[in-house]
Amino acid sequence: MIIELGHFALILALCTATIQMILPLIGASRGWPGWMEAARPAATAQCLLLVFAFGALTYGFVTSDFSLRVVVSNSHTAKPMLYKITGVWGNHEGSMLLWSLIVALYGAMAAWFGGNLPSTLRARVLGVQGAIGIAFLSFLIFTSNPFERLAVPPFNGEDLNPLLQDPGLAFHPPFLYLGYVGLSMSFSFAIAALIEGRVDAAWGRWVRPWTLAAWLFLTVGISLGSWWAYYELGWGGFWFWDPVENASFMPWLLAAALLHSAIVVEKREALKSWTILLAILAFGFSMIGAFIVRSGVLTSVHAFATDPERGVYLLAITGVFMGGGLMLYAARAGAMEAKGVFSTLSRESALVANNVLLAVACFVVFIGTVWPLIAELFFDRKLSVGPPFFDAAFTPFAVALLAILPIGATMPWKRARIGRVMRPLWGAMALSIAVGALIWVMQTGGNMLAPVGSALALWLLLGTVIDLWSRGGRGGIGTRLRRIARLPRADWGKAVAHAGVAVTAFGMTALLAWESEDIRIARVGEPFEVAGYTVTLDEVEETRGPNYFSTMGRMTITRDGTEIAVLRPEKRIYPVARVPTTEAAIDSTVLRDLYLVIGDPQDDGGWTVRTYVKPFAGWIWAGFIIMALGGVLSLTDRRFRVAAGADHRRKSGGARAVPAE
Amino acid sequence: MRRLVLALCLLAGPLWAVQPDEILDDPALEMRARELSQGLRCLVCRNENIDESDADLARDLRLLVRERLVAGDSNEEAMRFIVARYGEYVLLRPDTSGWNMLLWIAGPLALLGGLGVAGMMIRGRSRAPEPETLSDEEQARLDDLLSR
Repeated sequence: MIIELGHFALILALCTATIQMILPLIGASRGWPGWMEAARPAATAQCLLLVFAFGALTYGFVTSDFSLRVVVSNSHTAKPMLYKITGVWGNHEGSMLLWSLIVALYGAMAAWFGGNLPSTLRARVLGVQGAIGIAFLSFLIFTSNPFERLAVPPFNGEDLNPLLQDPGLAFHPPFLYLGYVGLSMSFSFAIAALIEGRVDAAWGRWVRPWTLAAWLFLTVGISLGSWWAYYELGWGGFWFWDPVENASFMPWLLAAALLHSAIVVEKREALKSWTILLAILAFGFSMIGAFIVRSGVLTSVHAFATDPERGVYLLAITGVFMGGGLMLYAARAGAMEAKGVFSTLSRESALVANNVLLAVACFVVFIGTVWPLIAELFFDRKLSVGPPFFDAAFTPFAVALLAILPIGATMPWKRARIGRVMRPLWGAMALSIAVGALIWVMQTGGNMLAPVGSALALWLLLGTVIDLWSRGGRGGIGTRLRRIARLPRADWGKAVAHAGVAVTAFGMTALLAWESEDIRIARVGEPFEVAGYTVTLDEVEETRGPNYFSTMGRMTITRDGTEIAVLRPEKRIYPVARVPTTEAAIDSTVLRDLYLVIGDPQDDGGWTVRTYVKPFAGWIWAGFIIMALGGVLSLTDRRFRVAAGADHRRKSGGARAVPAE
Repeated sequence: MRRLVLALCLLAGPLWAVQPDEILDDPALEMRARELSQGLRCLVCRNENIDESDADLARDLRLLVRERLVAGDSNEEAMRFIVARYGEYVLLRPDTSGWNMLLWIAGPLALLGGLGVAGMMIRGRSRAPEPETLSDEEQARLDDLLSR
């Protein structure tokens, strides 16, 4: 019964979304306040209906209702409760329901917290959000209904893919979807602004928190996925340039660009039409990502639906929203009159450079991802584009971005003098280059990765600290520190996020450049040496978990005779899904990760053991956390919490909010 | 959820990436073999190189690479040998022949284009006259507001 109610709620949500699209858009163009106001209750209702539908599906999973097709294919009674719940979105249908729920949730948030938006803009934003809701809800209902019943329910389910039965991956999709779909708000704001035919500083201020939230969730989602790959896939890689990874990375790059260009709109009323275009493209890449992941067009094997019907539907959704958005943009972008004036050397120009680099980097990832498809379609060549291409083609843009970041971040708005900007930075630059050179000499030449990467990370970190310090103005250290502590949270957010980029960049550099690896057949009780550590395989035992069998090794690691850690790497077999997984055992410290993997038994009684010493590996994810923290700081800035003033200014007649400097 | 497919290759065989018995005695040769392996795609997996793959076929390819290197092939010769047998699909780093050149120069071209457009835009902005004085209408409004 609850399942059927959930199903009805889903259909009602589609009806509500239709109302949410049609009434406010007509109301806004005719100037009918009542019709415009219909958007807010409709958005709330759609969100509540989908919360109920999602709850009903969760109930189906929790109670293991095997009359539901998705529950049968993705659950099992023996599965731990946590994974019964996360199994709700561990499949195509459930994850699309979550996606639609988040679309509605963002719409409802705009309805609840958008009290200070001009009423026509609010109506149009909610109308466009409603249109997005219609697209995905009808996709859900007509091609991938999660509430489909089976005529003859089986006794038990087929279990969730064991690789998904993992805390890192269990919470990876919700964050990713919060990010992808968060960009739909930026898209709705962009379309609404195009329909209204005006973009001003207030628009920039409204659109930024949504973009920031989307970027923040994408950052968390991507880092969770990367962390999972690191400890679960068994060789400690953190990024594979896989099409599905790229699908999340492209919107992240564009969201980062959009964040920065929206600042220019907000502070200086320039880059308006570019910002609108970015907002359309960022959500476009989210939808292209959904298409890549769910259509199977780029991958021969796929975990998710590879149903061509679904692929075509998703492509149609992407086409309609991207095509429509871009056509509207072509027709109306000319109306976006730029106001702010700035010279060639200014923070505006630096942010333009940031945007060019991020957008081109995204384009490189995009063309690399779809090139196998293009080559097969047009040139009849079956080829692969893998990590070596992306490493070579993407890295120069990342390097350029990090190199100019500290300079751009300290530049003043409108007009800068390079001498003045560089004066506090020369020391940092010299020190970073010196450290890079020192590393180069110490590793006796060779690969430039470690020297360049470390120098850039240090340059970025020092530059960020110097920028923050200079914001303290003149005076004694105490006065300066007090001033710095009182800086707006957005400034702190900027500094913290940039520092996070530096930390991640260093972690990646160190891991790639200085990793040691050892692959051998280890015999029980016979110690071996890896990069200064002594590893002993003490014993191997067979155990069993709630829904798997495990082969677990116990390994003691000592250094100079003192015991550092006892690690228990595992090999698991999930009998229901018949899938083996590896559970690497990792001992993490600030300076290095010890990463142990146990393999197969050998005929002569030994075991294949892989040992890695990964210097500074933890810094990669620490950096991601720091970046996300920066996003949170910026999001809680006072001007977003009290943005009400903007409305008054507009009503009192066109006086713009342009900060003097 | 996205990347679990990478590990679907686990299904293809019980082996586990580079095995101890595959490793060559000559460390220099082994390093070259590892380097080459990382540029070769496992044909039955999805987007995984043979160095990381667990499939039987990947093992065969790893052994083939080592065989060629031991026989005295240079890196290029060994790669050519494998591409001749398995097709360019095995190369994770696409070559620059024919239209593939477009893939390689797409980034630099886009950067030039982007910088060109941005440069023109910035020049336009920096030459635009600064609205320093108020228009008559604005002046009238200001007077009106001040006199209230």
